[in-house]
Amino acid sequence: MISEHFPALIVVTPLILSFVVFAVGLFDRRYCFPLVIIALGACIHFAVSMMKKVIAQGSAIHYYLGAWAPPWGIEYVVDHLNALVLVSIAVISFLVAIYSNSNVKRELPEAKLPQFYTLFLLQVTGLFGITITGDAFNLYVLLEIASFSAYAIIAMGENGAQFAAFRYMIFGTIGACAYLLGVGYLYIITGSLNMADLSKLLPPLYHSKVLIAGFSFLLVGIGIKMALFPVHTWLPDSYTLAPSSVSALLAPLFTKVGAYVLIRVMFTIFDPSFSVTIFPVTEILGWVGATGIIFASILALAQTDLKRMLCYLIVVEIGFIVIGIASANRFGLTGAIFHIINDMFMMACLFTAAGAIFSQIGTRNIYQFRILHKTMPITMAVFIIGALSVIGVPPMCGFFSKWYLILGVIQAKKWVYLAVILIGSLLNAILFFRVLENAYFETRNNIENTLNNKGVTVTLDRIPKGELIPMMCFAVIIILLGIFSGKIINNIIQFAIPGALQG
Amino acid sequence: METIHSSIPLYAILSPLAGAFLILFTGNRRPNLREFWTIFASITQFTLIYSLIPCILRGSVVEYNVIEIYRGIALKFTVDAFGMVFALLSSSLWIIVSVYSIGYMRSLSEHAQTRYFFCFAIALFGATGVALSGNLLTLYMFYEILTISTYPLVAHKETPEAIKAGRKYLVYLLTGAVFVLFSMGFTYYLTGTLDFVAGGFLKGHGSPEVLRIIFASFIIGFGTKAAIMPLHEWLPSAMIAPTPVSALLHAVAVVKAGVFCVLRVILYVFGPKILSDLNIWLVLAYVISFTVIFANIIALSQDNLKRRLAFSTINNLAIIILGACLLSPDSLRGAVLHIPFHGFMKITLFMCAGAIYVKTRKELVSEMDGIGREMPITMAAFTIGAVGLVGIPPVCGFISKWYLCIGALKSKEIIFLFIFLVSALLDAVYFFPIIINAYFKRNNGESSGSREAPLLIVVPLAITAVFSIVFGIFPDSFFRLFTITGIVVKTVFGGT
Repeated sequence: MISEHFPALIVVTPLILSFVVFAVGLFDRRYCFPLVIIALGACIHFAVSMMKKVIAQGSAIHYYLGAWAPPWGIEYVVDHLNALVLVSIAVISFLVAIYSNSNVKRELPEAKLPQFYTLFLLQVTGLFGITITGDAFNLYVLLEIASFSAYAIIAMGENGAQFAAFRYMIFGTIGACAYLLGVGYLYIITGSLNMADLSKLLPPLYHSKVLIAGFSFLLVGIGIKMALFPVHTWLPDSYTLAPSSVSALLAPLFTKVGAYVLIRVMFTIFDPSFSVTIFPVTEILGWVGATGIIFASILALAQTDLKRMLCYLIVVEIGFIVIGIASANRFGLTGAIFHIINDMFMMACLFTAAGAIFSQIGTRNIYQFRILHKTMPITMAVFIIGALSVIGVPPMCGFFSKWYLILGVIQAKKWVYLAVILIGSLLNAILFFRVLENAYFETRNNIENTLNNKGVTVTLDRIPKGELIPMMCFAVIIILLGIFSGKIINNIIQFAIPGALQG
Repeated sequence: METIHSSIPLYAILSPLAGAFLILFTGNRRPNLREFWTIFASITQFTLIYSLIPCILRGSVVEYNVIEIYRGIALKFTVDAFGMVFALLSSSLWIIVSVYSIGYMRSLSEHAQTRYFFCFAIALFGATGVALSGNLLTLYMFYEILTISTYPLVAHKETPEAIKAGRKYLVYLLTGAVFVLFSMGFTYYLTGTLDFVAGGFLKGHGSPEVLRIIFASFIIGFGTKAAIMPLHEWLPSAMIAPTPVSALLHAVAVVKAGVFCVLRVILYVFGPKILSDLNIWLVLAYVISFTVIFANIIALSQDNLKRRLAFSTINNLAIIILGACLLSPDSLRGAVLHIPFHGFMKITLFMCAGAIYVKTRKELVSEMDGIGREMPITMAAFTIGAVGLVGIPPVCGFISKWYLCIGALKSKEIIFLFIFLVSALLDAVYFFPIIINAYFKRNNGESSGSREAPLLIVVPLAITAVFSIVFGIFPDSFFRLFTITGIVVKTVFGGT
């Protein structure tokens, strides 16, 4: 049965296709895009059917690569936690690939298309791999595949992107090193790299200094990759200057997959008795997340470039996720996991909309936005839905994850975090209404002007349908995720919470 | 109490939403069709809500579960007697304001009319949702929708001041919502449910301190929308909006939704028992009394007619809340009755102010000398509204105020009786000069004969004025408001 091999196929398909795309691109560039679509469409199928299987059988799918049994071979695991993440990655990369078809042609020279799509697929390969793997070292390898393709693909962007990518590479490499060191420490004292195996071998060693050092290295490494404040500094430049479709791919996925890895490490490799009680990193993480929310929100307010503002918003949202993890209870973790999913779609929605605005009016400066609701009504509607979701207006999904985060911090009795979450949502509101105000209102100086000015008539967006439709899909998904949040939590997320935190 | 499952509440809530999108897609090209959608949606909604009255009168509750979100939380609509009062008010006045809006916007040939009607319909979607929500989460959802959809209406003129007023509006109301969110999270944490129960569901949960904090935060949150005094600043600024919007803000949707939510919290989340046990009601009553008096004093000094009306609204909202937190059946009945009655009277006043503006471009009270001769119908309606707000029979304001005063007497807190009476007196002091000057002073200048505003403007305000009197004489006519409020009182106090 081929369906047994889906865990491997979801990684292998984009990997192989990335080389095929490159080779084909040497002869005829027109075939690159359809190949990418086929690859990612297949990935959606794999991811969805794996998720269905996990829900149906109620336990994880274990897949041994090359039939080598763990702990020696590499194991791929799909459980309730990552099934949903896999589906989200697949859906977002598929829609962004459609979006990129026309978008990337405007921003990149034609000759670079094959490289672009090669890196695009490699990126997705890496992300799928990080999510699905059950092996700590394999995770490092795939993290580096994702990271290196990210450095390269970002460097394709406008002036200055090369430098930003270089800076990102230095940061990212430090992060990767730290992660690798951490894995090394774990390997020294256990002799194993398999996550499930590690989780069995580690508990007797929980008071070992080596373990604490290793754990700290892991956290630092992941922290850099997920742009956790204060090591987020690589993010704004590189994501702002990258081509629109690249930031639309990276911004939703990369940092959130990092957050997923953080949960994996804290609650699968280690268990809560270590990461919450013995070595209370949750305490540190919570404060880091809380500071990050406030700090990054203020920095976001200071930006005039829409995309750069959204980049700081990513850091803010990571802060929310981390606070959820830090409250270390059922509600908090539900909120964190749900927010990972939601934030993926919210960022995809906002970044694609921002890209569309940029390509239609040629500027990203918020203060030069004028009457966009008349010239690009659909894009703005999509943007508003994304914005409201980030602010936390029900029935958009952003509200529901915030709701669980709030319940989580109340249960953990962390009042400062509670205040930060609430203030953070207010700052988000200011952030977005500043944009909307400029985009929607023509500042009029007096009423007479109002009377004479009949204004521009409404025209539909001058954006290709291939870009509009993915954006609209994101907006619809945001609303659906919100309305069906109960179903998602009851069927999937609640089984992803580690047993020690239930109750 | 019997529960009927029916999808009528859902349709009643969805009809303005559907209307909104029909309006949006029709757009500026076919303004008549667009306006038809507004009217059509409003009438549909009103009919649907009206059809539920018999169920309410039988003492049953109509329920519709949209979707279960989490243990104990659902997206759920419940039509109980209290929600019915607000739903009837907002849906009936929506029809009238729509007609008026059409007249108003066209006479001034305003810009961005599609956006205006779209947001208006969405605001009504929010208001009806607030009225019919069965639990706090649903309430919060529609509350936010209402806030955000009203923002473009407030900033409609797009002048720098209008945009500033819009910002202020958002900052105040979103901050308020954050407080609500906090309390709501805490309530759920304590009780594991958010469904409204007549008489409250927080009983026996949490320590008194925690309950006090939750209550205070609820009142701050919803109180922002209800313009309780230190939090009222946004409301007078929002008067920059077109007059139908002000009418909507004041009489129909926004601030009324705020008051409605405050009452929901007092009566259906906390319940009279807890409030009197913890003695919170007295504190709230004093805070609110301050608003009652102070708003009226400020109103005295306002020359801009709409701003004067705005402060009068703040006063009346505070009276409603005060009536509810006195925790006596009679004052509660007065308070709940005052929600629709004040709505009818205040909307009349606002529509008159708008009519005067459309015809003469006058906004200041001091310019309105002799206007009664030029616009007799408008001023007659204005007089009815003003007299009613002061509390003089036979206009309906008398009935609600009568019950409020009886309640204050019965709860043995005579000071609040004086608050009601002084506020009525102050009402008279700032309303009567307008009327007197309008009729008896002569306007130096062009005052030649009758110059009423267009029919689409005059008819709605005449209708609400007539209704204000009809409700004053037969409070139970048409909407059975008197009986319904009786049911509210019975269910809230029945359990204790």
